[in-house]
Amino acid sequence: MSEEEKRLIVTKIKDGTVIDHIDAGRALYVLKILGITGEEDFTIAVVMNVESKRMGRKDIVKLEKMELRKEQVDEIALIAPNATINIIRNYRVVKKYKVDVPKVIEGLINCINPNCITNQKREPVRSTFLVKSLRPLILICKYCGEEIHHEDIIRQLTGV
Amino acid sequence: MGSLKNKDIISIRELKNDEILDVINVAKDIKKNMKSYRDILKGYILATAFFEPSTRTKLSFQSAMKRLGGSVIDLPPEEASSRAKGENLADTIRMLECYSDIIVIRHKIEGTAKFVSEIANIPIINGGDGTKEHPTQALIDLFTIYEAYGRLDGLTVGVLGDLKYGRAARSFIFGISKFSPEKIYLISPEQLRARKDVLEFLNEKKIFFREKNDYSGILKDLDVLYVTRIQRERFPDPMEYERVRGSYRITKDILKDVKDNFIILHPLPRVDEIDFSVDGTKFAKYFVQAANGVPIRMALLKMILVE
Ligand SMILES: [Zn+2]
Repeated sequence: MSEEEKRLIVTKIKDGTVIDHIDAGRALYVLKILGITGEEDFTIAVVMNVESKRMGRKDIVKLEKMELRKEQVDEIALIAPNATINIIRNYRVVKKYKVDVPKVIEGLINCINPNCITNQKREPVRSTFLVKSLRPLILICKYCGEEIHHEDIIRQLTGV
Repeated sequence: MGSLKNKDIISIRELKNDEILDVINVAKDIKKNMKSYRDILKGYILATAFFEPSTRTKLSFQSAMKRLGGSVIDLPPEEASSRAKGENLADTIRMLECYSDIIVIRHKIEGTAKFVSEIANIPIINGGDGTKEHPTQALIDLFTIYEAYGRLDGLTVGVLGDLKYGRAARSFIFGISKFSPEKIYLISPEQLRARKDVLEFLNEKKIFFREKNDYSGILKDLDVLYVTRIQRERFPDPMEYERVRGSYRITKDILKDVKDNFIILHPLPRVDEIDFSVDGTKFAKYFVQAANGVPIRMALLKMILVE
C-alpha cells in the first residue's frame, strides 16, 4: 500500500462516485436509501468515523461505477446535509459539489399528522414540505403546517 | 392599498396587515351603508361546501352573499357526509367550480383549504379547517376590537380556553399578534396550551407573553379577553374536566376591577363558559362580534370578486 493509500484507508476507485462529509454514523443510512445491499457486482467502500477538519468525525461512501440520480442526491441531502459528491473518472475527481437540501421536498416523506390532507388516500395530492431550518433540519408541511424533525425524516427515508 | 382581488383566504397569517385593515374599513362602511351595497355582486354565485357541521359560519356567508345581491348554492350536508363511498373531494370541488364564482369550504382534515385552492381556478375561502385555521373568524374578532378601540396595536390581550385544538383561538392569536400587542396572556389548562408554532410566532415578533393556568390577578390588566370553549372530550378523565372548568368560567362577579374599556369576546356558540349574568354588562361584546360576521364576510366577498 502506498503512503497515500494508507492515509485514505481504502483504495481509490477508478470510475464512480465518492460521497464525502457524511455526518458520522450515517453512512449506512446513505447505503440504505441508495438501495445498496452488498450483493452488487461492483466495489463499495464504507468508511466510518474518520477524522475531519471540518466536521470532527465523518463517514465516506465510495461507489465504483455508480452515478447518482438527482432524487438520490436530494435524499442524501435530507440525511446528510453536509455531504459532498465527487464524480470520479479514471481515478480523478472530474466534478465535485455539495448536496443541497431542496427548497421544496415533494413526495419523499409523509406528513406525520394523520389528519393532514396529504394522508388522505383518495385525493390527488403529494406530500410537500418546505425547509424551516437547516441545522438542525426541520421541515414544515405546506398543507397542514406540521413540523417534521431530522430523526423522523431519517426514519422515514431509511425505514430504520 | 393591497388588493384581495381573486385571492384565496386560507390562513390569517398569510394576510398582510394593510389587507386586514382594508377589509375592516370596507366592513365598517358596509355596516354604515348596507343598502348601497345590495347590487354589487348581482350575477355572482357563492358555493358553500361544509364537510363539518356549522350553522353560524355557513349562514353568515350565505346572508353576506345575498345582501350583496349575489346568490348561493350549497353542497347538501348529506352529500358532504356520505362522501366516503362517493367521489373524492377534488372531484367535488371541480364540480362546484363549474357552478359558482367562489367557494367557501370547511373540513375537519387539515390543509384541505390549501389543497382545494390548488385544484380550483376560482377563489377559495377557508371556513375553518381542522384544529388550525379559521381566518374569517379572526377578521371578525379584529374588526370588533377595532370598533371598540379605534386601533389594533398596543393592547393587552388575554386568550382563554382551548388554545391547542381551538382553531378560533389559534387564528385570533396569530391575527392580533400581527399588530404588536403590549402583552398576551395565554390562559388554559396545561394539556390545552397553545402549540409550539404559536409560541415561536410570538417570540419571533418579540411579543411579551405569559402562559397561565387561570385568570386570577390578570383581569384588571386586560383590554380584551377572548374566551373559547373547553370541550369535555379533550379530557380523558371526566373528573379532571369537572375540577378545572370552574377556573375558566367568566361571571359578572369576577369583573369588578377590570378596566373601564375592557371587552369580552367569544366566537360563539358558548355553553357555560360565560355566565348569562355577563351579557347585560358593557363588557360583553360577543353579540356585536357575532353580528360583525356578515359585514366582514360581505367585505371579503366584495373585495375578492370585484375589487
Ligand atoms: Zn401535513
